[in-house]
Amino acid sequence: MKFESNVMGVLLNTLALVAIMLSLGMVFLYVPTEATMGEVQKIFYFHVPSAWLAFFAFFLVFVYSVTYLVRREKKWDNLAASSAEIGVLFCTLVLITGPIWAKPVWGIWWTWDARLTLTLVLWLIYVGYMMLRHYMADPERKAAFAAVLGIVGFVDVPLVYFSIRWWRTQHPAPVMGGGDDSGIEGPMLATLLVCVVAFTLLFFALLRYRARLQELRDEVDALHDLAERGRG
Amino acid sequence: MWHAITTIFWKDLKIELRTKEAFSASFVFALMVLVIFNFTLDLSGEEAASMGAGFLWIAFTFGGVLALNRSFALEHDENCIQGLQLAPVDRGGLYLGKCLANVVFMLVTELILLPLFAVFFDVDITPRLGYLIGVFVLGTIGFSAVGTLFSAIAAHTRMREVILPILLLPVTVPVLIAAVECTAYALGGDVNPALWIRLLFVYDVVFVTVSFLTFGYVLQE
Repeated sequence: MKFESNVMGVLLNTLALVAIMLSLGMVFLYVPTEATMGEVQKIFYFHVPSAWLAFFAFFLVFVYSVTYLVRREKKWDNLAASSAEIGVLFCTLVLITGPIWAKPVWGIWWTWDARLTLTLVLWLIYVGYMMLRHYMADPERKAAFAAVLGIVGFVDVPLVYFSIRWWRTQHPAPVMGGGDDSGIEGPMLATLLVCVVAFTLLFFALLRYRARLQELRDEVDALHDLAERGRG
Repeated sequence: MWHAITTIFWKDLKIELRTKEAFSASFVFALMVLVIFNFTLDLSGEEAASMGAGFLWIAFTFGGVLALNRSFALEHDENCIQGLQLAPVDRGGLYLGKCLANVVFMLVTELILLPLFAVFFDVDITPRLGYLIGVFVLGTIGFSAVGTLFSAIAAHTRMREVILPILLLPVTVPVLIAAVECTAYALGGDVNPALWIRLLFVYDVVFVTVSFLTFGYVLQE
């Protein structure tokens, strides 16, 4: 690894660590407990940033996929694959933390509301993306196919969202930007923002490691091929 | 480009007329889905319209996946795909020809299944028949637009037959929802279908365009 990129990495990791410590401190020591929901509401500070990251990661998959198809450099394919994997990880966290929060508050584990259903459908699309990569041998073709799927999957997001929204119109108004009495303020908003920043830093730290791992794997594969040829 | 579209379309049609493989597979499978539904869910009386729409589209979707799998697996069997890759024509034209052929195959299956559905479940399909067929056309275009692109992708993987439905079904969720709602209306349900028709249109336009533009990357050597 090059020296500068190493410095960048250490800096990113340190920032992520500090931000995560800070956000944990704010969630458990600073922010007041929500009046009606009680302690369980604290999961909100992990649930919402995870959801944000999942969507952000899938958006990046789209951006990296387009870049790959235009430039044809392996680097962009690695980033798209890494971003998709981390996106699925956080999407899974959303789907786990959601029901844990919903059961005590709504009384049910799951409801087919627009946002929940969209998250589940997205999870399925990007798990399919990972499976496609797994089932393909030829690296160049794999990269091109995955990029096409990364584009189609992301273009589909608004269509899936609106179709489910119209299909299930009885969903509760969103807490943020839902109406005059919606929204959160003060310490809660500050804590949420710190959590979002912490999660985003963690995302980029993970993305770096994951992309680097892929580069090393490719290098090993190339050396392997070379050795095979030398022997043949 | 027009020439490429028609040539590919007639080629696929001719193969299908001689082998009848895509049709027989998807038709028998879709029919089986309807029969199995009959055992698992009791469809009678007032629910017939709303639930019947769901039955129909699940049968169409599952049968359609078989036909779509066939679409590019066929090209791989005798390595015809190489011919397509080398052909000096616009990739988009190849895509549209393939897509059109798939739409026609699926529609034929759907139109033969429809009267059988009406007989089996005692549903009156006549009141808005023209509308119903229009919905079939729009839904099938959307399904086949992404399906044709994914079929070309799936044909290159190990686990060909498995990967296509896994990729295709979540992406076609909007088509499925909109088509079921419109079909329920056509079968006498009381939903307002204007919004859903528009969604089908938008989906068709968006995904025919996206697939048209990206197909070249899928077909590259």
